[in-house]
Amino acid sequence: MRYLLKNILVLFAHPAFEKSRANKVLVNGLDRMEGVTFHDLYQVYPDMGIDRLHEQQLLEQHDVIVFHHPFFWYSGPAILKQWQDLVLVHGWAYGHEGNALKGKWFFNAITTGGPKAFYQIQGQSNRFSIRQLLCPFEQMATMCNMRYFPPFVVHGTHSLNEKDMTMYRQIYHDYLRLFRDDKIDPTLLSKMDYLNEYTLSK
Amino acid sequence: MTDPSFIFQIFVYLTAAVLSVPLAKRLGLGSVLGYLLAGVLIGPHALSFVGDVEQSAMHVGEFGVVMMLFLVGLELRPSMIWRLRKAIIGMGGLQLGLTATLITGILVFSGASLQTSIASGFILALSSTAIALQMLKEKNRLQSDGGQNSFSVLLFQDIAVIPILALLPLLSAFPATESASAPVSNLIDTLPFWSQTLVVLAVVGIIIFAGRYGMTPVFRLIARTRLRELFTAVSLLLVVGITLVMTLVGLSPALGTFIAGVVLAQNEYRHELESEIEPFKGLLLGLFFIAVGVSIDFNLISTKADLIIGAVMAYVFIKFLVLFGIGRVFGMCLDNTLLFSFALAQGGEFAFVLTSFAAHSRVLSSEYADILNAVVALSMTATPVLMLINERFIRPNCGTLEIGEPPTNDIDITHPVIIAGFGKVGSIIGRFLRANGQKATYLDIDPDNVDLLRKMGFKVFYGDASRADLLIASGAQTAQILVIAVDNPDKTIEIASTARKHFPHLKIIARTHGWTDSHELIDMGIDDVYRDTLDTSLRMASDVLVKMGHRSFQVLNARKIFRKHDEHYLREMTGLRHDKDQFIREAKQRVKALEQILIREKEDIGKDKDLGWDVTSMIEEFGQHSKEDN
Repeated sequence: MRYLLKNILVLFAHPAFEKSRANKVLVNGLDRMEGVTFHDLYQVYPDMGIDRLHEQQLLEQHDVIVFHHPFFWYSGPAILKQWQDLVLVHGWAYGHEGNALKGKWFFNAITTGGPKAFYQIQGQSNRFSIRQLLCPFEQMATMCNMRYFPPFVVHGTHSLNEKDMTMYRQIYHDYLRLFRDDKIDPTLLSKMDYLNEYTLSK
Repeated sequence: MTDPSFIFQIFVYLTAAVLSVPLAKRLGLGSVLGYLLAGVLIGPHALSFVGDVEQSAMHVGEFGVVMMLFLVGLELRPSMIWRLRKAIIGMGGLQLGLTATLITGILVFSGASLQTSIASGFILALSSTAIALQMLKEKNRLQSDGGQNSFSVLLFQDIAVIPILALLPLLSAFPATESASAPVSNLIDTLPFWSQTLVVLAVVGIIIFAGRYGMTPVFRLIARTRLRELFTAVSLLLVVGITLVMTLVGLSPALGTFIAGVVLAQNEYRHELESEIEPFKGLLLGLFFIAVGVSIDFNLISTKADLIIGAVMAYVFIKFLVLFGIGRVFGMCLDNTLLFSFALAQGGEFAFVLTSFAAHSRVLSSEYADILNAVVALSMTATPVLMLINERFIRPNCGTLEIGEPPTNDIDITHPVIIAGFGKVGSIIGRFLRANGQKATYLDIDPDNVDLLRKMGFKVFYGDASRADLLIASGAQTAQILVIAVDNPDKTIEIASTARKHFPHLKIIARTHGWTDSHELIDMGIDDVYRDTLDTSLRMASDVLVKMGHRSFQVLNARKIFRKHDEHYLREMTGLRHDKDQFIREAKQRVKALEQILIREKEDIGKDKDLGWDVTSMIEEFGQHSKEDN
């Protein structure tokens, strides 16, 4: 049996982390988890002055890239866009000679204030599913020759209590460990809508 | 104290100073000349207001020189003295030796006796610490090469006074007369030479040792009483005590306090000492200059006008020549050499002491001594005038030229940005603009800076940026932005008003120090004022918060908000301050302004938090809703 350890880079973006409830719990302990690099973008780059070379070096050192962020206006917080614009440059991330990210795995870990029921094609004020709304990230991964996986989602954070959040934290961290220990079946996972549907007991 | 004539004398001296010094400064003549003129004015040959206190005024005034050297010492560290050793011994020794030899030679040649010539040579070789340092400080040039070297030479002269005092009686035509004693009572005269030396060394040793180890506990004890006047008393006692001890063993008090100052330079109470002694020094030094003015004997001068005027001119010329030569040999640039030579081309306050001593010792006839004193006093008066001539007419035309030869490829090219002042702030602005390809024209008053910048290919003009002609030369008529980055707030306002008046199209970006000067500039219609400590202080405070665990992004936003409020208050206060009671003292006003800000901030802070990321209202609306859903 082959045992391969994968390195995970969690790119975390939350402009008002000090006020967040769910993400504070979800993130707790990530910086100490073996095989995981927790990278708090707003803390490191409060003025958005992203160090491209450092970021590219980080990406090269990891096998799984996670965008962990609240789902603001159907996308990530502003610094994530800034990060994409500055770090994922032509000739490095994509294009003829841009192979730096080739074969790496990618997924989003997001929190939404509203419940899952909000994000439906026939919804009252929403017309798209989470997967549809995440298309730009999926396309980014594809463009950079990365393998895109369904997102880990915590819905309805506004109404979660302390116990719920601790449970979500446990699940999230367990998934990260699965990725790290290379115990994910990529073909099986790719067929799912959310990472949350992947059976943990396996 | 109740003696009315004594009080009247104080009144006369103070009135003369208060009237003439601001006037002299206003006319650009400097305070020294102001004091000297005040002295002449109240002296026996003009208004004749001074009574018989003239001599004692001079003596009290000399104490100002002692205090000045104490303060100079406080700003030096032993390591700095060590660094200056070459200048002190080399330049100082050469200056004293050459000047003394030249003057002696000329006097012998013109028929004076050898003794008289030698004594005059040494007496006249000395320069005035009081005048030179005061003028250099007032012109902000003490730190320049020329200033440092002037200081080194003066220090050497102060040390040299001791052997000169010992030497003078030996020149006496009638040795061992009764009157030939030191000008002040000297306890160790009767001791043999070797034990005199031992005593002197011991005293200096005690001063160094006590300053190093003894004073800190004393200061701490005094500081703990929280009686400010006690600290003042101790500071004065320190200087007076050292003066007394040094006089008793026949050393120069100035040298003693200087040593004490150097020893105390690393003391934690250094700044308190400085601020306690400073006002006394200022007053006494002023008194000294006035006394010099009073002592000028115009009767003598008018009866021997040709001789004395000629002697003064020759004397200043010889001193200047020697100093100029030394300055060039030691590799100073032309500007600094000129500064150095003019600053030291006069007779010193020690000359008065030495002449009277020499007259007592019968080395000089009393008539001759009077002439010598007149020459020295007149040469002192000439210094501020010569410095002024140097500044206005000589330096602008040679040395580091104001209108430097522009690099051949950009004759006539003027840059859209002018930066006045290339100090701490200006250099950063300049470097940043240059790093980003923005060309600018620079103005600075420090020739060393100017030379360096020219070497680096900058377009630099040398001189005072508040002068319209200099601004025209640097292209103000076609430029778009004038950055004022000079150190001195008064200068900033001066430059701004010149620019406003002559070049109203220029956008002014001004560095300010605090609220007062910012208000003045805003009143002039200049909105872009930058308090030079605001951003650094806020960055430091922000880093404290981040290190205490606050989110850096949140801290950054808080900083921006705070800054915005602060800038807003500054402008609001500018309008308000005119309505306020005009008699509130400035300091009080500043405290009041701060108080108002603090009150306003308490109300305002929290008003504009980052609402975009605040979810409280959403939780209220959707949180409830989603629970029903689940």
